[in-house]
Order: sequence, then structure tokens, then C-alpha cells
Amino acid sequence: MPTVSVKRDLLFHALGRTYSDEEFDELCFEFGLELDEITSEKDIISREQGDTKAEGASDVILYKIDVPANRYDLLCLEGLVRGLQVFKEKMEAPRYRRVSPTSGEPQRLVITEETAAVRPHAVAAVLRNITFTQERYDSFIELQEKLHQNVCRKRTLVAIGTHDLDTISGPFTYTAKPPDDIRFTPLNQAQEYTATELMNLYKTDSHLRHYLHIIEDKPVYPVIYDSNGIVLSMPPIINGDHSKISLNTKNVFIECTATDLTKAKIVLDMMVTMFCEYCEEPFTKETLSGDFINRKVGISESTERIAQLLTKMCLRSEVMSDGEQIEVEIPPTRSDVIHACDIMEDAAMAYGFNNIIRTTPRTYTVANQLPLNKLTELLRQDLAAAGFTEALTFALCSQEDIADKLLKNISDTRACHIANPKTAEFQVARTTLLPGLLKTLAANRKMPLPLRLFEISDVVLKDETKDVGAKNNRRLCAVYYNKSPGFEVIHGLMDRVMQLLEVKPGRDEGYHIQADTVTYGAGPASFPTLSLYSSFFPGRCAEIFAHGKSIGRLGVLHPDVISRFELTMPCSALDIDIEPFL
Amino acid sequence: MDEAGCGGCQVISAEQRSSKHWELTGEGCEIAEQGSHEARVFSSIPDEGMPQGQLMKLAFGKVGFSKAMSNKWIRLDKGHEGGPRVFRTVENIEDSVRDKLLVVQKGQSSQLEEKEKSELKKRKLLSEVTVKSYWITKGSLFSTTITKQETELTPEMIASGSWKEKKFKPYNFEAMGVAPDCGHLHPLMKVRTQFRQIFLEMGFTEMPTNNFIESSFWNFDSLFQPQQHPARDQHDTFFLSDPAQAHEFPLDYLERVRKVHSEGGFGSQGYKYDWKIEEAQKNILRTHTTAVSARMLYKLAQKEKFTPVKYFSIDRVFRNETLDATHLAEFHQIEGVVADYGLTLGDLMGILHQFFTKLGITKLRFKPAYNPYTEPSMEVFSYHEGLKKWVEVGNSGVFRPEMLLPMGLPEGVTVIAWGLSLERPTMIKYGINNIRELVGHKVNLQMVYDSPVCRLDA
Repeated sequence: MPTVSVKRDLLFHALGRTYSDEEFDELCFEFGLELDEITSEKDIISREQGDTKAEGASDVILYKIDVPANRYDLLCLEGLVRGLQVFKEKMEAPRYRRVSPTSGEPQRLVITEETAAVRPHAVAAVLRNITFTQERYDSFIELQEKLHQNVCRKRTLVAIGTHDLDTISGPFTYTAKPPDDIRFTPLNQAQEYTATELMNLYKTDSHLRHYLHIIEDKPVYPVIYDSNGIVLSMPPIINGDHSKISLNTKNVFIECTATDLTKAKIVLDMMVTMFCEYCEEPFTKETLSGDFINRKVGISESTERIAQLLTKMCLRSEVMSDGEQIEVEIPPTRSDVIHACDIMEDAAMAYGFNNIIRTTPRTYTVANQLPLNKLTELLRQDLAAAGFTEALTFALCSQEDIADKLLKNISDTRACHIANPKTAEFQVARTTLLPGLLKTLAANRKMPLPLRLFEISDVVLKDETKDVGAKNNRRLCAVYYNKSPGFEVIHGLMDRVMQLLEVKPGRDEGYHIQADTVTYGAGPASFPTLSLYSSFFPGRCAEIFAHGKSIGRLGVLHPDVISRFELTMPCSALDIDIEPFL
Repeated sequence: MDEAGCGGCQVISAEQRSSKHWELTGEGCEIAEQGSHEARVFSSIPDEGMPQGQLMKLAFGKVGFSKAMSNKWIRLDKGHEGGPRVFRTVENIEDSVRDKLLVVQKGQSSQLEEKEKSELKKRKLLSEVTVKSYWITKGSLFSTTITKQETELTPEMIASGSWKEKKFKPYNFEAMGVAPDCGHLHPLMKVRTQFRQIFLEMGFTEMPTNNFIESSFWNFDSLFQPQQHPARDQHDTFFLSDPAQAHEFPLDYLERVRKVHSEGGFGSQGYKYDWKIEEAQKNILRTHTTAVSARMLYKLAQKEKFTPVKYFSIDRVFRNETLDATHLAEFHQIEGVVADYGLTLGDLMGILHQFFTKLGITKLRFKPAYNPYTEPSMEVFSYHEGLKKWVEVGNSGVFRPEMLLPMGLPEGVTVIAWGLSLERPTMIKYGINNIRELVGHKVNLQMVYDSPVCRLDA
């Protein structure tokens, strides 16, 4: 959620009254904003860089306000004030219209086809006769930055350039050229560079280096020229120094270059509507019925009242001649309105969510548990009753956890691999619950022995028959950790689980365990093909069969497994699939 | 004392008594005998005075000099020929410190005022001594012969009836019992059981959420979440490299989803961008269980006749986020969904009220919020009596028509939904500040052993 920081006093001045912090918090809440923090520049610097750095910094009180991610029109002081004032019915929803320059000729931006290879779209507008103050100027720059970070997706989708129109002359050309053919003095530099040199120069720039990748490997770079060949900007990296805007700028030329034309238009609309009462976009109109709003929200207001509510939300609305339908004007600032339900939400907000009467739906249904979860719940209770304590371990882990540490080859695990893990802890989805339990033991070595742990949860395995190529599998895993291996304890637990599942001992229809055919001396190195078995101590491992099918294993863990999980005592384990018992 | 002790035998009874009195310290005794340091300084100085250096060499010199100075018995002539020299200023003195100490020595300390005593205590001349003693009397069962007391009732005593003549050692009911040898359920899972119970009580059917790996299609696209949405970023979502892509979709539905995103339809303008199947095919670890809700609602829409449903799930979801004390890369999401004709926003708030009442939360209020697949969207806040403020307890909303209509659900059907995390209420319930102490292998097993039963409304 973007956060907008505004000077409190400036905000109150614009709103025409002061509020206590609580009152303002309440107003924000109603309007769907959140007053996140009350602070000052001095506070922020002192928190981030220490008190000494903060000395002399401004202690003007700042409000940090969280704005919903789709309300680009609230990303600056101007937009916030406009939204709140209209909401409080202190002013009418603004109307925007386009004006022609006194010369009568609108500016033109010509897009050449070379741009298709790198950044195909561009839109532009002019703000005329603007008067900047320091605050307005700062807010103008900050809005650009907020838009760049949010809707522009860090300049990948859209990049904004603003220029002093009086220093350049149209028509403008948006084209793309090989980097060595572009040469200009970039913003805040004293000399000319080629684009190739610039990309090198900015490699170390803490701010700009994050945007270089957008065009870096492209054969041609985008560039905008004026009719005299002056470079306005090399989007999405940097503007030219020549046309930079200042407090004295009267006419602002705004260009947005983009890979997404819809977003470019949204961004341009935001820039012009926030900073000027003139705009080139006309209103769009929607009609809907008052009844629709009443039915969806669960209220019964007159059509007139609903039109009033919508108007309060900057959606100027009028009841049409039939008395049923409402015509709603959608200003260009409200790009979030794409369906009647968006208008319905505004009506509900204006009515006040907390004023709506809470009702109980008469939907009659009978509840059902998922059989797999029902069985899991029942088994968990009885495993705890059998003296085992429940662990809750992560579904994601490192490759090492499910392979090397268990003396297995990763290729034999059917593991699903994560493409973008930030750390090794999130390389794969677990294929067995055992590593999680062993790590839990390791983290609790100080606890009195014996330690008896279990977990019933899902592992993930590749499976070609599923639409996504993978499936979950519900497993029951238990470990016993003590000075002696306690195979009989884990064996007894297995017998108990079978008893709970109503499977009697015996071959064919019952359950039995069968020694793994590997005998002494079988290590992972000498028998790499026997990787499934290798986590256990040779000769101390058995396969479990129920109703004639293999459902898992139990045994004493291999000493190498024990030490790789930083354990020191013998440990026995049980690992079974419970899905066959559904 | 354990049960073998004599505390309750009542052969004798002992009453503890204590008394306090004042005694002279070693230094105090010396002064009682030879006079205070200041008096000895005074008497050491002859009429013609004494060099300060020489005075300071005396054992009592330092303390005595400053006290005598403050009593104005002596004076210091700093400019005296041959160095600073000390002279008497009065003829006679009264050594009250010594006098007082002598009073105490005679056992008449009560004659001194408390203030005087504490003054002398500060100078470490007096100390207060507590003497503890026991007053022994015959107990109610006083006897001069000793009978051996039995510790426990035995089968033999019951058979022979000999217990009637035996005396039994009393138990010490102050001691703790022996902890039973048992296993324990994990606190987070105990809370999960309670939430499941609440949904079942409210008539909600459990959804099959046992598929951690999901296609972007079901996780995002089917929910009308545009393909450039930040949640679909590498920074927020775990993508899979193997299996990297999903390969099977209901194709006619997929086409309707493509259309509503890129061109609009179903009363919507859409997002107007170039929707790509390659994005939808990308496999991820699901970022919310709403992906399963989408599958269930699609399945519901394929039925010949629509029947109202109430669904719930509680299962793991995954976010490629920065980890901290309250955020892990995986957590449990609780989700409730109701689909029926003509549901209203008032119904959503009503059902949330019922749900949270079962959790013991009755004060709710709703804040407008933004979520790509619900409109309206509301954050749910509850008043926390302990923190004395409103805290966010969940998210809710009405699924957008752009999500439901392409699935094939009838026009008049509204679907309301809400979600919250399982970890947050559990951390509040059990007073845990660091999520790693609760979830994952770093859990403190003692905490698991000690955790009470979970009654959410208590």
C-alpha cells in the first residue's frame, strides 16, 4: 500500500480547518485511508541515521497516510484534499476540460516506428500558466516518484518526463537510436555524454542504477528530441538538463513513454488533473439504477439520495427523467472505476459501511468435513494420547535437507523446485516430513530425553497426471530420540496407528513389515541405486505394507543422517502415507 | 518440607520469636573506652598548636580532624610559619558521642532517641541485632514414646485391616504432583481445530486445499488480478522452475478470462492490456487459498442447477517476503466463502459478526479497502480491550462480477468472502511475540508442553 507523507499544517490549511489527530484518523478511516504515522523530518532522520544527523532538520509535523493501491488520484496533497473536501461535501466534484493554447496550435509528439523495438508507446500533455510554489513543486516531484514506484512498476511500464516548454520548441519526436548515436547533457551534469557512457556513469548511482536494466540490453534506446534536435529525455533513465523545470516554469510539457498504453494514459491523466484545472480528457458517463445499489449494499435509499451519495465521492450523479436510473460522470482521475460494482462501492462508502444494518443470510447448507482432514484430526488426537508431541514444520526447505542430509540423490526425490528463492531455506517443497522433525529435535536438544515427536501434514511430489504437474501427499511421520534407538517404541506406535485405522496384523488384507533387502555394509556410496532406503541404518529398516501395498517405512536412522542434522543420540523414525486409508 | 517432615506431627509445637537490640561495633567499643576521634584530636593538641601533617598521621587523625573542625573545637592556620598548624579554639569540650555509646553499652539504648541511634549507625559505631529464638511447647499429640508412622496404604493393610491401628504420615499438599507422561498437540493446530469447529457449527463445508502448487491462472487470472499486478512479482511470489508450467486448463473458461482482462465484457471495461497465456501457465506456490475457492466456484458453476454453498478452508499459503518477527514465508490462511442469490454487503457484515462473536470478539467495524478481486473490499477491525485500540483482524469483500460471470455463475448470484491468518490470533491468544517460537523447527517444545487448551471465546 503506498504511503503519502504530507505536512499536517499545509493539509489542514487546504482543508480549511484543523483536526485533532484522533478526528483526522477517524476521517481517514471512513474514507478508506489509514493515518499510519505522525512524525517529522527530524524524527525520521534521527531514527534512520541517529540524533546528530537530525540536528537542524525540520520538525514540521508530517502525516503519513496509507492510500489504497488503486487510488492513484490520492497520491499527493492536492488529490487527498480534493477527495476529502468533496467527501465532506465542502466542495463540488471538480470538472476538467481541455483548453487550446492561445496560438491555437496544440503541441504534437511524433512517434517513429523504431520505438517498437524498445518502448512503443508515448503520450504527452501541456500544463499552461501554472504557478509553482516550493510546496507545490515538491508535491509535483513527489507525485511523479510515487507514480513511478506504483502504477509505473518502477518505470518498467511507464516513465514520466517533465520539461519547461518555454526552453524547447515542438513538434517533438519520440524515436529510438543505437546508444552511441545519442549524445546530450543529462539532468544535473555539466558535460555531454553518449548513451553508452551514461549507462556506465549511472551503474554506481544509488537511484538510477535500478532502472538501467529496462533498456540496457536493447539494440536501440528511446529518446525524445525537440524540433531543433535538443534531447528532452532518454526514457526511462534520465531527462536532459536543457529543459529541466524550476520554480519559475510557467508551462510544463509532460511526456509519458510506456510499454503499456493504458497505464501511460492513466499516469498522464493523474499528472495533469492533480496539478491543473485544465485537462484534455472528457468525462465518461455510466448509468445504473438506484435499485441495483440498494440490492447490492443491503440498504433502501431513494434514488435521489443515492445520487447525492455518489456525488459526495467525486462521482457527479444525476437522477434521470424516469426517476429510476442514475447518470454518473466518471472523471479521468477515477481510472479504478471499470464496472458498476466500483460505483456501488463508492455509494456504500459514502453511506458509511458501519451504518449498514448487519443481516444474516438465509443460505441453508449442511457442513461437510474434507475426509482427509477429518482423518488427520482424529489421528492427531490419538498420536498425542500415545505420548507423542506434535511438531509444526515448514513445507519449504533446502535441497540439502531432503537429499544430501538424508543420504539421497535429489533426482530421486520427485521434488518440486522453486525458481526464485531468496535463501537456501526455500529451494524446494519438502518431499518428506522427516527433515523438519529432525531439525525440531536439533533445536530442542536441551529438553529431557526421550523426545517423541510427530507431524501429520502434506509433502509435495511431482505428478504428471495433475494439471499443474505436482500434488500434495498427506504423511504421518514420527521420531523417537533417546540414548538407545528405541525401534520397538516406533514399531509399537506403528502397530497402534494400524489399530486406530482398523487394519489387523497379517499379510494380504492386514498389515505387515518386511526387512529391506539391503544388509550390512550398504552405504549410499556403494549402493547409490538404493537411495530410497539409505536414510536408515542398514539392517534396521523395514518397509510397511497394508492391504498388500507399500505405505512407508520405519527403522533406525543412519548415523550419518543423525550427525548431518547435528544430533548426537540414536533415533528411530516412522514415515507413512495416510491417503490409502481414506 | 516434604511429607516426611515434622511440621504437622503436633508432638511438639514451636513458635518462632524474634527480638531486636542495639550493640556497639568494634569501633564503637574503642570510642566508649578512649573517647571519640574528634575528642582525641582535641586532647592531642597542645596550647601551642600542632602541625596539621603530624596530626593527620595519628590513627584517629583524619576523621577526628574534620569532625572537630565542624564542631568548631579547633582551627587551622594555613599561613602559619613552617606549614599549616592546628590550634584549639575552646577550653573544654563535651564528648557527646562517647557519652551516648556508654549509655548503649549499659543496655539503656532506649534512653536515646531513634534519630541519635541512626546517626551513630551511619557512623558504623552502632549496629542493630536481631535474635531469632523458638518457643517450644507440648503439641496436641505430645507423647514420650515414639510410634513409626506409615507412609502409604498397602494392599496388605487393606486385607488385614491393620490400617485401623496405623498412624500415617501427613501429605504435604504444598508440593507439585508428578507430571503425567503424555504427548501434546501443537498450539497453532489447537487453534486450527477451533476455527474448523466454528465453521462447521456455522454450516460451512471444507474445501480440498491439499495442493500447495498452483498455476498463476487459478491463483491470479481467474480472480481478475491483472498480469502486471505487483503481487505477481518475483519479489512477492515463489515461482517454480520444476514443474515450471501448468498444462491443462478448461479452455473455454480460459478464453473468457482472457477476454475480460484484455477487452472487458460482463459489464466491465476490463484492464485493456495484452493478456498472455504464458503468464497464466506459470506455476507458483499458491499465495492464498482463494485459488482453491476459485476452483470450487468454477466447479459449482458447471453444475446444471446452481445450489447455494458455504465453503471454508484453513491451510498453508506462501509469500516470497522479507522475514521478520511476525512474517514467515509460509503461513496459514483461514477463509470463508458464501455463494447465494441476492447476498448484500449487510449480509457479509452480519455473517462476519456471527463468526467473530464465536471467537469472543463482538465490537467490529469496517474500513473501505482495495483488493483486485473484491468490490467492495473491507478491512475488519476489532476493538482490543487490552491494547485499548482498534486492530485489524481480517479482510473481506464481495467477489467481482469479472471473476464470477466468466466462470458461468448465474447473474444474480453474489459471493461474499473473508480471510484472516491463523498465526496472528494464535500469537495473541498464547502471548507469543516471535513467530519462529510458534511455527517451524525452532519451536520451543516446553511451550508446546505447557500450552493450555484453546477456548477462543473464553
